[in-house]
Amino acid sequence: MNIFRRHPKTFAHGIHPPEHKDQTNSLPIRQFPFAPALIVPLKQHIGNAAVPVVREGQEVTRGQLIAEPDGFVSVALHAPSSGIVRRIGLAPSITGEMRPAIFIEPFPASTQERLEGEPCDVETATPSEIIQAVQQAGIVGLGGAGFPSHAKMQVPEGKFIDTLIINGAECEPYLTADHRVMLEQPQDVILGVRYLLKATAASKAIIGIEANKQDAADSLRAAIPDGAPITVEVLPVKFPQGAAEMLIKVLLGREKPTGARAADIHTLVFNVTSTSEIGRLLPHGAGLQERVITISGSAVRDKGNYRIAVGTPIRFVLEQVGLADDVSCVFLGGPMMGQALSSLDIPVMKDTLGVVALTERETGPLATRKEYACIRCAACVDACPMFLNPSQLGLLAKHGQFERMQDELHLSQCFECGSCTFVCPSHIPLVHDFRIAKAALWKARASA
Amino acid sequence: MTTPSNAPRHKASNKTLQIRHAPHLASGMSVDQIMRNVVVALLPVSAFAVYVFGLAAALVLGTAVASCVATEQMWCRARGQHSTVGDWSAVVTGLLLGLTLPPSLPLWMVAVGGVGAVGIGKLLFGGLGGNPFNPALVGRALLQAAFPVAMTTWPSKRGALGTLFPSTLTPPFCKPAYDTVSGATPLADWKFSQISVSTSDLFIGTTTGSTGETSSLLILLGGVFLIARGMMSWHIPVAILLAVAVMSSGLHAWDPARFASPQFMLLSGGLMLGAVFMATDPVGSPMTHLGCVIYGVLIGALVVVIRVWGGLPEGVMYAILIGNAVSPHIDNWVQPRAYGTGRLPHV
Repeated sequence: MNIFRRHPKTFAHGIHPPEHKDQTNSLPIRQFPFAPALIVPLKQHIGNAAVPVVREGQEVTRGQLIAEPDGFVSVALHAPSSGIVRRIGLAPSITGEMRPAIFIEPFPASTQERLEGEPCDVETATPSEIIQAVQQAGIVGLGGAGFPSHAKMQVPEGKFIDTLIINGAECEPYLTADHRVMLEQPQDVILGVRYLLKATAASKAIIGIEANKQDAADSLRAAIPDGAPITVEVLPVKFPQGAAEMLIKVLLGREKPTGARAADIHTLVFNVTSTSEIGRLLPHGAGLQERVITISGSAVRDKGNYRIAVGTPIRFVLEQVGLADDVSCVFLGGPMMGQALSSLDIPVMKDTLGVVALTERETGPLATRKEYACIRCAACVDACPMFLNPSQLGLLAKHGQFERMQDELHLSQCFECGSCTFVCPSHIPLVHDFRIAKAALWKARASA
Repeated sequence: MTTPSNAPRHKASNKTLQIRHAPHLASGMSVDQIMRNVVVALLPVSAFAVYVFGLAAALVLGTAVASCVATEQMWCRARGQHSTVGDWSAVVTGLLLGLTLPPSLPLWMVAVGGVGAVGIGKLLFGGLGGNPFNPALVGRALLQAAFPVAMTTWPSKRGALGTLFPSTLTPPFCKPAYDTVSGATPLADWKFSQISVSTSDLFIGTTTGSTGETSSLLILLGGVFLIARGMMSWHIPVAILLAVAVMSSGLHAWDPARFASPQFMLLSGGLMLGAVFMATDPVGSPMTHLGCVIYGVLIGALVVVIRVWGGLPEGVMYAILIGNAVSPHIDNWVQPRAYGTGRLPHV
């Protein structure tokens, strides 16, 4: 044994929640049926809402542009199905707020032929043409952030990017959509990386994958053309490795200073499914009108990885896959950072990672367990990947000392991964308290 | 392109769904579970105490636990709060207190210690999590101050399983009766008469001393059990024991006649029990690993200083209480360095 062997790359702290990925990681991506009514919110990304270019009663074809970007930090929207625009009005969102959306009624007998636009070829297109094509394709961060990909690709004046990071960590339990995309569409991923390399003028790209997806890593490695500056790194499994901050530290050994952007430390992080969509859509000039999500959890009967039209209501999704009688909680995304649903009438959006439904038996203990006082056991300190002190932050939050949380203990560095709350033996809802503190601070600063 | 049918295949459930905040998973660890595991880790030590000192040890432990639990229960009832006995911390405090007391201590004094430990050591400070000092040691310090003779009188011989010491059942507020010859702990023997005890006796625990401090072997096993289950970090006990070992080795090498050997220092007295079960009380110890190491080294150094130069043969209790007092300050000095902020030492 070589004792000088380099320690496998990972970050300090973090947690190992139960993975639950074996429920769906061997199931190939399947096409999900079209719902009888689709709800396409105008704002499925960070930035300005898109502006509709269709009117009520108009017929649309699948893939047709239905809303244009409003400014640079905004993306286009495409019809997820051939059908008729029934209404443009307000629809419920996951936060409970009503937001503008385009309601489309698909034609039941349609062949769902996809409308395509002007192709963008990776060999001949200029960087600015690629960036514009990505905006027109409506591609956003599909890992849950929803930040427009083209806006990220636009490297600020005076900055340069040396390494691109493609995030295939997928560290959230239950989720396997990225895994299946890497396994089944390696060519799309690699082509997407080539578009990104060209647009950002980066010299190399690293695809970071956790070790529970070794087959995906092998599949990608086989798809890399000879001489391409693209490498695949297999990382030990640990949550929250898929956070951009962690992946930058793991792969490049760099830390993003407080308040800085990734470009300030010469890197950019793109989600692997966003990358594969760039590779899949740009050569055809097509738009993003569907995505791959994982539908899983013990309360789901027909678990799997589905390619599903954006705008499909969650109620329809659940009716199709079927729920167990003792379902108690449905949430979008993974169980660590996902949001529980307040309404089933909200649609699948571009940044929806998955739908997970759990049974009473799993969530019951969480709902009824007793909260104890903090015993300063420091389990949260040892879990926090950002090296904060959640115990002390939690005590300050209980006393409403939000300013001190920010000024002395770097509250804004918390990206709400939930690791502290996961490990807390006193069952203190730490991350929830931090969200409340951040909201209160944000409100106070906005009105000041 | 063919698409699957969109006719609903299942009826949507009519059940009310919970809206919870993330995370929707938990490690399953809980305070009462940790406390119960500490009790389990202390069971072999307690059983061995009964084997060595007889029924009297069982009565001391039982009285200590009962008085701690009763104090907490009555406090909660008097203040109209929900009972906090279910967190098992009073049981741990009682057991630890009992294990640090001489096995021949009159039971009424044990009960006074239990009331002091939980009442003054914990409840006055706001209950579990608010106590700056280890409650069991607060109880012991109270007894040491109130009954200095009884607290330093040790039985000279091992008790048979079914017998009591003459002092055990002393009525409250009466002077306890002792055997004509009372024993001395190995530490007192060394300090006042320069008599040394064999290392293996100390390790196995067949010497005299407080109820639960004699068997280093079983205490270490209990510690390994807790560390293996992820309920205790190894930093504090290792730092304390290393500090004692290094310091006493240096002194012993300098003058073997005056200073005891490191193995004697490590295995005698309450050091093992204190390092593994007392100093590791999460409430009174620092949060970062570096902080825990500083705290451990401080306690270890204080133990050696008190034992070698102090007026008392044993100093683990005071060393840990001082460590508890310094702990919040250590936490202020060694906060973890938040990701993306400054270049401070990695903790």
